[in-house]
Amino acid sequence: MSTVLTVSGPFTHDNTGIRRTMALVMFALLPATLFGFYIYGWPALYLFGITVIAAIMSEAACLSIAGKPVRPFLFDGSAILTGWLLAMTLPPWAPWWIGVVGAILAIVVGKHVFGGIGQNLFNPAMVARVALLISFPLEMTTWVSPQPILDPASPGIVDSLIITFTGDYHLDAVSSASVLGHIKTELSRDISLDQALTTTYGFTETVLGVTSGSLGETSSVLVLIGGLFLLLMRTISWHIPVSMLVTIAVISSFFHWIDPDGYVAAYIHLFSGATMLGAFFIATDLVTSPVTRLGQIIFGALCGLLVFVIRTWAGYPEGMGFSVLLMNAVTPLIDHLVRPRIYGRDRKGKPVQYPVNMENRND
Amino acid sequence: MRGLKLFKIRGGVHPNANKQATHDRNIAKLPVPGLLRIPLLQHIGSPAQPVVKLGDYVLKGQLLARPQGAISAPVHAPTSGKIVSIGKYQAPHPSGLPVPTITLKTDGKDEWTQTWEYEDPFQMEPAKIAEIVANAGIVGMGGATFPSAVKLGLRNRYQLEKLIINGAECEPYLTCDSRLMQEHAAEIIDGIRIMMHALGVTETLIAVEKNKPDAITSLEQAAGDHPGIKVVGVPVQYPMGSEKHLTQTLIGKETPARALTADLGVVVHNVATAYAIHDALRNSRPLISRIVTVTGAAIQNPGNYQVLIGTPVSHIIDCCGGLKNDPEKLILGGPMMGQPLPSTKVPIIKGSGGILALTSKEVPMKDPSPCIRCASCVNVCPCGLLPLEMAIRAKAGDLDGAAEYGLMDCISCGSCSYVCPSHIPLVQYFNYAKGALTEKQRAQHKQEEIKRLIEARKERMEKQAKAKKEKLARRKAEMAEKKKQVSETSA
Repeated sequence: MSTVLTVSGPFTHDNTGIRRTMALVMFALLPATLFGFYIYGWPALYLFGITVIAAIMSEAACLSIAGKPVRPFLFDGSAILTGWLLAMTLPPWAPWWIGVVGAILAIVVGKHVFGGIGQNLFNPAMVARVALLISFPLEMTTWVSPQPILDPASPGIVDSLIITFTGDYHLDAVSSASVLGHIKTELSRDISLDQALTTTYGFTETVLGVTSGSLGETSSVLVLIGGLFLLLMRTISWHIPVSMLVTIAVISSFFHWIDPDGYVAAYIHLFSGATMLGAFFIATDLVTSPVTRLGQIIFGALCGLLVFVIRTWAGYPEGMGFSVLLMNAVTPLIDHLVRPRIYGRDRKGKPVQYPVNMENRND
Repeated sequence: MRGLKLFKIRGGVHPNANKQATHDRNIAKLPVPGLLRIPLLQHIGSPAQPVVKLGDYVLKGQLLARPQGAISAPVHAPTSGKIVSIGKYQAPHPSGLPVPTITLKTDGKDEWTQTWEYEDPFQMEPAKIAEIVANAGIVGMGGATFPSAVKLGLRNRYQLEKLIINGAECEPYLTCDSRLMQEHAAEIIDGIRIMMHALGVTETLIAVEKNKPDAITSLEQAAGDHPGIKVVGVPVQYPMGSEKHLTQTLIGKETPARALTADLGVVVHNVATAYAIHDALRNSRPLISRIVTVTGAAIQNPGNYQVLIGTPVSHIIDCCGGLKNDPEKLILGGPMMGQPLPSTKVPIIKGSGGILALTSKEVPMKDPSPCIRCASCVNVCPCGLLPLEMAIRAKAGDLDGAAEYGLMDCISCGSCSYVCPSHIPLVQYFNYAKGALTEKQRAQHKQEEIKRLIEARKERMEKQAKAKKEKLARRKAEMAEKKKQVSETSA
């Protein structure tokens, strides 16, 4: 086989590479991440750094245990990106060990147990996020209201170290429910949506992301800008994000139209929680989403449906992580069933036939 | 040409054309080398059979080897000289394995032999044109090297409507067809008219990628008001030059799997083939030379050259001023589907459109890394295949699994390998698997055939044994009857 590999073309190559892809995704994540540091202050920055470093170290450890070459794989950027995405979904003031445990879960359980890059069935960041949520529900749902980094009221560099590393801080003073969490709680207390919405963040704050929520998820606008950049660079295709967002919008609008008091409007679904991050950065993960365009549309639509169902009728206020993982499990099935039509064949694989065929052949 | 509706083809890639170095270089004649190595297998099919002996003196255009079998092509002397060897010599194929080759020591006189009498091709029977094309040793000049006469004979089996002339030249670097179209448009049009007569069609579409406006203009001028000949600018998209995809672009129909474009009433020939047919019918000349693009950053003087078949690559490179620096790769053909040269000693053959000496900068090769299922290969595959799934199976030796994913529908265009961010040599796996699968199917067929014969023999033997037994029983009965009769009569 090796001789075959060295002797045939093509002898030219497109300007693509895994490292380039990963770098573009990180670049696209940058605005929302920096915004997260800004509104949640130093603790967010510390947690982010810890998570990414833990991810890199876990990757290095796994590679060396597996006997794979460490350098090329470690520097392809995939481990950094996994850590980065995980950090963006964490409560910004979560203690350091949440980041570390999460990174280990993502890299070891989510990725290397399956055989490393390209082999994992589930999105590693979401494996970690969901495992953390189930195992440490308190730490994973303690949100803080925005504490801009330069605001005198926000904790400084040293105080922030205490928050991240000892957790010895009066979180009650600054904690606040996320928009989706607040709505869920109020609805469960039979308080109408009208009233519930007056006591939480307004439309502009929600869209801009000046609310309490995960480290890098709240600013839907900045995440959306990053996502559009990836579309422009053709790093991702439109199929998953568009089908997912359209599905969420259509279903939530329908229910909101039927019962405006019991179901929130589409804009809250679209611009709160992990919707944008999920649609553009999580569900589009190349490894764990279908390979055909039709398959991607099905995948995105079902993801969107699950997000709405979980947020609306299940016990959790946010359903992105669960939805993506459930759909990841369906991906092999979608890829098996949905295949492109082969040139010169019909959908069933039989050679195409034209009425003229028979006329053209004399024999 | 304007107003013809074109149809989209799936996928494809847009590699950097890199044609600027040779695009404006006129075709120049290359000096005749001292020795010509003329392989007897320059086409798809069986090798030609030598008709000359060691030490024979041959004239330019004289038959050296005649075709053998239904699909084959003759080989002629590219110049005058003496036959100094008939044996095996390294072929321009990546295997580097030797093929039957005649070596000709040139005498520099370049003296022509008498070939065949000129006759007006338009007064000829179509079959006669195909016969001359066959005698001239013309094969598909685009690289497929399928004997052209066989394709001209398709009218006997199919109702043909259209001739498509492939001047797409979608391979990067190559400009030989482009130059030919610019400098010899009238000859190409004449060759096309002869082919139309031979095929019995009234309509021809000449397809040229839109990045060659000069070639389009020249052809349009030469075509003038010949009824039925249209020049069509087609999108710049690799692999536009694939016969089946070009046909789809022009007439909107896919060639059914495992069938020929003739099933759609279409025959496709390369522009250089049209030129060769003109030369054979009008000037009574067999195919003994071709235009070759010599280029790449390592070549001193890139250009387009008219090269005698059998000219060693080293001679061509020397005539182009030699190599500037050590090339990373020496390639025969284009960078997408061409083949690496095993050495510069190998000769140019009828299907070689280019010699590329590429530097390491031009060949961005990296070690493959694992597949990340990014689906780039799925999106660019012009055949609607799933290269990533096929590769997993081919790599694991699961040939049937790869075939189930459409391995045999792959045209080996290499678009998947070109875009793969992990630099996985996808098309290389497929070429290997296709070869292995064909081999396996052949073996299986053989085994089934043997089994069938054994069973047939067994059945035959049983039948014979049964017949024998019956015959014996019958005779026994007869004897008994006779005996009885005898005893009765005697009684």
